Amino acid sequence: MSFISYLINGISLGSVYAIIALGYTMVYGIAKMLNFAHGDVIMFGSYAVFTIVSTLSLPTWLGMLVSIILCTVLGITIEAVAYRPLRQASSSLAVLITAIGVSYLLQNVALLIFGANTKSFSSVVSMAPLKLADGGLTITGETIVTISCCIVIMIVLTLFVNKTKAGQAMLAVSEDKGAAQLMGINVNGTISLTFAIGSALAAVAGMLLCSAYPALTPYTGSMPGIKAFVAAVFGGIGSIPGAFIGGIILGIIEIFSKAYISSQLSDAIVFLVLIIVLLVKPTGILGKKIQEKV
Amino acid sequence: MKDNNHVLEVNNLSISFGGLRAVDDFNVTIDKGELYGLIGPNGAGKTTAFNLLTGVYKPDEGIIKLDGKDITGKSTIEINKAGIARTFQNIRLFKDLSVLDNVKVGLHNLYEYSTIASVFRLPKYYRVEKEMDEKAYSLLKVFDLDSSAKLKASQLPYGKQRKLEIARALATNPKLLLLDEPAAGMNPNETKELMDTISFIRKEFDMTILLIEHDMKLVSGICERLTVLNFGRILAEGNTAEVLNNPEVITAYLGE
Amino acid sequence: MKTFVSKNKDNLITYGIVVVAYAVMEILIKAGLISSLMQGLLVPLCAYVILAVSLNLTVGILGELSLGHAGFMCVGAFTSAFFSKITMNVITVTWIRFTLAIVIGFIAAGLIGFLIGMPVLRLKGDYLAIVTLAFGEIIKNVINVLYIGKDSKGLHFSMKDAVALNLEPEGDVIINGAQGITGTPKNSTFTIGVILILITLFIVLNLIKSRDGRAIMSIRDNVIAAESVGINITKYKLLAFALSAALAGVAGVLYSHNLSSLMATPKNFGYNMSIMILVFVVLGGIGNIRGSIISAVILTLLPELLRGLSNYRMLIYAIVLIAMMLFNWAPKAQAFRDRLLDKLMFWKKKKVTVTEKEGGASDER
Repeated sequence: MSFISYLINGISLGSVYAIIALGYTMVYGIAKMLNFAHGDVIMFGSYAVFTIVSTLSLPTWLGMLVSIILCTVLGITIEAVAYRPLRQASSSLAVLITAIGVSYLLQNVALLIFGANTKSFSSVVSMAPLKLADGGLTITGETIVTISCCIVIMIVLTLFVNKTKAGQAMLAVSEDKGAAQLMGINVNGTISLTFAIGSALAAVAGMLLCSAYPALTPYTGSMPGIKAFVAAVFGGIGSIPGAFIGGIILGIIEIFSKAYISSQLSDAIVFLVLIIVLLVKPTGILGKKIQEKV
Repeated sequence: MKDNNHVLEVNNLSISFGGLRAVDDFNVTIDKGELYGLIGPNGAGKTTAFNLLTGVYKPDEGIIKLDGKDITGKSTIEINKAGIARTFQNIRLFKDLSVLDNVKVGLHNLYEYSTIASVFRLPKYYRVEKEMDEKAYSLLKVFDLDSSAKLKASQLPYGKQRKLEIARALATNPKLLLLDEPAAGMNPNETKELMDTISFIRKEFDMTILLIEHDMKLVSGICERLTVLNFGRILAEGNTAEVLNNPEVITAYLGE
Repeated sequence: MKTFVSKNKDNLITYGIVVVAYAVMEILIKAGLISSLMQGLLVPLCAYVILAVSLNLTVGILGELSLGHAGFMCVGAFTSAFFSKITMNVITVTWIRFTLAIVIGFIAAGLIGFLIGMPVLRLKGDYLAIVTLAFGEIIKNVINVLYIGKDSKGLHFSMKDAVALNLEPEGDVIINGAQGITGTPKNSTFTIGVILILITLFIVLNLIKSRDGRAIMSIRDNVIAAESVGINITKYKLLAFALSAALAGVAGVLYSHNLSSLMATPKNFGYNMSIMILVFVVLGGIGNIRGSIISAVILTLLPELLRGLSNYRMLIYAIVLIAMMLFNWAPKAQAFRDRLLDKLMFWKKKKVTVTEKEGGASDER
């Protein structure tokens, strides 16, 4: 029975990774950049919920709404101010380092406003836990909501990209910016939209993450951010189903290694699996193979 | 042992990419000192043939012999060491290295000293580097590049970049030199100058050259023999004048 | 226009800057003008300089992105500290023991770099970056669960806890999992740090301007062309990567022998450290060794100089970092700088001609 409960926990954690990874993978696909600040947007969103719900004692739905709006605006602003000027830069390292700078900036702003103390985040989920098998297996409300959220987001996002004009524009821009521009697509607008969606997803992921693991600090987003990127690479970066699969697998591996091998080594195991996958399939599970033409 | 004068002997060379036969049953024999042309319309498989000869792609079928030795399926590096050097259609220089260093990279396998010798600046380092400099300068001189030796390769004008690529290929001391559209993007004057340079290196280094070209005029000016490729297959081969008057070749080039 | 003949002179200037900076610092210390806090920072500073220079070998010279440099530093730090601890009573001459420790850190980190590089250097760009980051984290995590003890029967290993080592009562736990190594002799000094910087520079600069260095840079500039002239890609990628790792190991030796208690925390050996070193390299100029040194020094001292601003200092650091990246790399900012420079040059020229005239006039006066 504990195996099934670990599995469910793994899928739940994996769902959070998947939601973050979706944001990562969309941004990477379109801007070809490793957005190191993505994890810190998560942290910001969580602080927004915390402030509104716990400090100001306002309703939870309002906190969630503000968090999503704040993160969306934050994402668009970061892209416009820090990343857009570097889009044509001669080295891709420039925008990577800038993203690292933005990450430091967000962490330190949070540190100044909220302090270094760990805040106890109160869950945004009010659903009662589900008891199965005569109480032998308990599934928390957070778990159910997280997994359902992830599935809904995944489906909506897939439909959005494949069925809407804006989604098609995203695909076009990620394929070839120059050509997309010539076809009359607003490249800047499309990239902004991608950052907006990615950041809104980050807000959702932040709430779910902190509902399940309630300790909130300015560095909360950092490690999940990195792991979600690992998940995105794992599944094949740029691919939406890849991010989903990668996230879920990563979550399961992490929980299983914590449960059965060593809690201290769980991160190492997650990273080791990533390395093995990349060595066998250098562009991830669902990644496209690109060969340079001679 | 080989009992003839063939530098390159290619038999039944074929490769497919996902059902498409990019090169199909390609045969060619090139003698020592010859300047051989490989022509054909866009997408005929000329560059693919080069990539097969240099080990970038492994052939599905066929045999490649260099100086009588089988080099089929060997890696690019081994093939270069065996004696095939090439240039690229879209110039591939070491753009942040100096013109001199580009040629010295070409000399890499002919002049050796250990990592230890370079880190500790042992006498051998100075001696070999001096030899390399002399050799590199003598090559640059042939192409009139010696005065630009200290520039970054990317600072050279287009025509000189093409020449530098040839110089770098020659630095590896090849038996056979493959030139992939050396005149691409050049104006008539530059093309003329390039033709003279190619004829010159052929004589000066007693070099065997296989040349891909688009420009019929250039080919007819300097090549004795030609092979025409179309849709991956040999359309015609033989003496330049005969091949170029072949009605099939004319159709392939001018369209029906 | 940058020429390559002047590289030899260039190298001498780089050594010169290090030596002069060292001399100035020593004088300031003797004159009592440097706070003890600042003095405590000097050895880590030297370690950071070595890290930046060595990472530039991978990023700038080989042209591959690595985010696991702190992992190699970690290997050097722990192997050497382990060695120093177990030989403290055997090799009593400090300089011999410390020299051996440096060699061990160099070899151990280089070996790990070689073993990691072999499979992963086939990957490119961001994939290589994430895999090196992963390896760095693995190294840190594994060291955190590593227990090594020593008793009369020899060495005991465990990945569980100190009790599992089954030591005899008088046995000694040397590496104690997350608590790391305590009681490493504090052998590192500023002078030794500077000597190690000079040795690192000597190795890296000499390598760059040699047959091997050219081969490495040719891979960076164009892999396909490098292969076509017979350059052994795998060999030279590995050489650069492993040497870069080995030198990071030396930085680790310096770092660990400056601390009485060495632990592998996310702060000192995690990916954040690797990123910080990458920031040094990029801000100093990719491929520019001297730039790496200068930016490592400035960026290490900057937060300390801003200490008066207490909580705001890291915020300012972040803003400065973003602003500098935009100013240095954004094409628009580059164009703006070029225009500004043109104008300045123009003024200068004008000024020169004017002063020449004035000079002529004053002669007459």
